[in-house]
Amino acid sequence: MDWTALALSFKLGALTVALLLPLGIGIGRLLATREFPGKGLVEALIALPLILPPTVLGYYLLVAFGRAAPLGALWQSVFGHPLAFSFEGLLFASLLFNLPFAIQPIQRGFEAIAPDIREAAACCGLRPLAVLARVDLPLAWPSVLTAMVLSFAHTLGEFGVVLMVGGNIPGETRTVAIAIYDRVQAFDNTAAGIMSAVLLAISLLTIALSFALGRRLLPPRRP
Amino acid sequence: MSGLSVRLEQAGPIPLAVAFGAAPGELLALFGPSGSGKSTILRAIAGLYRPRSGHITANGAVWFDAARDRFLPPWQRRVGLVFQSYALFPHLSALGNVMVALGHLPRAARRRRAEELLEQVHLAALAERRPATLSGGEQQRVALARALAREPHVLLLDEPFSAVDRSRRESLYRELAHIRHRLAIPAVLVTHDLEEARLLADRICLLDHGRILQDGPPAEVVARPVSAAAARTVGHRNILPGRLVRDPGSGARIAWRDRLLAAEVPRSIPDGAAVDWTIPPHAVELVSSGAGDATGTVIERLRLGETDILRLALGPDDATLTVHLPAAAAHEAPPPGTRIACRFPAAAIHVMLRNELPGTDAVDDDGGGMDETGARNARIS
Repeated sequence: MDWTALALSFKLGALTVALLLPLGIGIGRLLATREFPGKGLVEALIALPLILPPTVLGYYLLVAFGRAAPLGALWQSVFGHPLAFSFEGLLFASLLFNLPFAIQPIQRGFEAIAPDIREAAACCGLRPLAVLARVDLPLAWPSVLTAMVLSFAHTLGEFGVVLMVGGNIPGETRTVAIAIYDRVQAFDNTAAGIMSAVLLAISLLTIALSFALGRRLLPPRRP
Repeated sequence: MSGLSVRLEQAGPIPLAVAFGAAPGELLALFGPSGSGKSTILRAIAGLYRPRSGHITANGAVWFDAARDRFLPPWQRRVGLVFQSYALFPHLSALGNVMVALGHLPRAARRRRAEELLEQVHLAALAERRPATLSGGEQQRVALARALAREPHVLLLDEPFSAVDRSRRESLYRELAHIRHRLAIPAVLVTHDLEEARLLADRICLLDHGRILQDGPPAEVVARPVSAAAARTVGHRNILPGRLVRDPGSGARIAWRDRLLAAEVPRSIPDGAAVDWTIPPHAVELVSSGAGDATGTVIERLRLGETDILRLALGPDDATLTVHLPAAAAHEAPPPGTRIACRFPAAAIHVMLRNELPGTDAVDDDGGGMDETGARNARIS
């Protein structure tokens, strides 16, 4: 059992969720409450990681992380080490491939709130941020929780993108999903089996949790 | 200047060209068919919709001034709005709903004030209940208490009774009438129920296609419409075209078809003017043929309660006349196909100068390209 890899996966998952949460709430609310030109395109781009082969996303990220690309060059000049094959690069990739898992549930949650509820809050004297805190989030928090659970679980399990942009550096980019692959390549079936079982248990638990939340805590609807 | 003053103009997407005011303590009803722009006007007053141009002031404060690019968002306007759907916060109790609108008070004072407000609408006993467990009427009263909580300078009511059974409306009307007489602020009620507007309002603004057709006390607006469009909006049925003939000898008459009808005509209408005139269906008298002002063929006969409703085709064009007769068991109203003559008593005829502005005299009741959902899509969030 590669505890370092499991810990790294948890760290990656936790950071991904922490960074995606405000982003998901901001973008999800924008998409749920505003109409603007190009909205369909934005929604399609956010959904893209759902169907894009992970190796394709990984390939483009690898290109973007390279010293020849603006992002890679900027990172190198600021932090003194390349973005590719680093934990930060992995986190960056994780944020991208988790966008649909974080944004879509939150957007649906906000969409389920009747627009006049938000307008009523504004007419009660609440500023937009207060409306978010006192009306939107209390009504849509099960969706927010679902987004967090899905992003976390998905981060633990992602393989293709991680292998492409992170490689297999112990303690830096070797997540538990990579570690399983690594153990199988080394004919260490016992370790691979244990780690797979642990991942299976965690995934099952998170999905069960998110389903239970979705059923029991649907945003309250007006009669 | 106290009270509310509103002037809104735009060509589209929702055409608006209105100017009106409401004094403190006055309840103004915006009445018109759906698509007449009445909800959009209300949303503009609340700051939920920004028209292209215009000016809104309330209690001396400028809320909207397109010329100076000033548009206060709803949270900076002292406004109380009762939504058609009430829009109560489903996750908060009745008390919690009211407390949200008490942000201007110190935290410690909010609960007591919210309880007072709920007491005013006779809901103190239900303060801890969530909206979903309240009846429609109770929800409406919570919404009213919440709208008043902010000590608004204007109270706005967007069809607040449309979701309540007719049988329960009366007590809510009474309650609203009580409460609003205690308030020294202007109130604007949007409704498409003329009876409701007549009951509650001090003044009615008739709206159609974003324009004011007429503005005045309810009784006058209903009895004395100023144009054919206004007459149609308040439900007049027999609106017929004619021309005014002033004759020094016999006074004013209306030339209609081959007849000259005696009528009481306002002095402001000049000789020869094109007019529209209307006669209430119950005022039309059936007479033996030859003695009438018009003859027609019954094309429809319907008994509704105490009234027989006849529709006559006047021919040769498709003009029709609606006649209401008191239903009597003793004699039957003439059946379809019968040719009958009728007389128009001079005192019952109401004459209106035809407005020659394009579109004003040929309003299609169901038509109108106006779309109130357009306003709903342009939300402030």
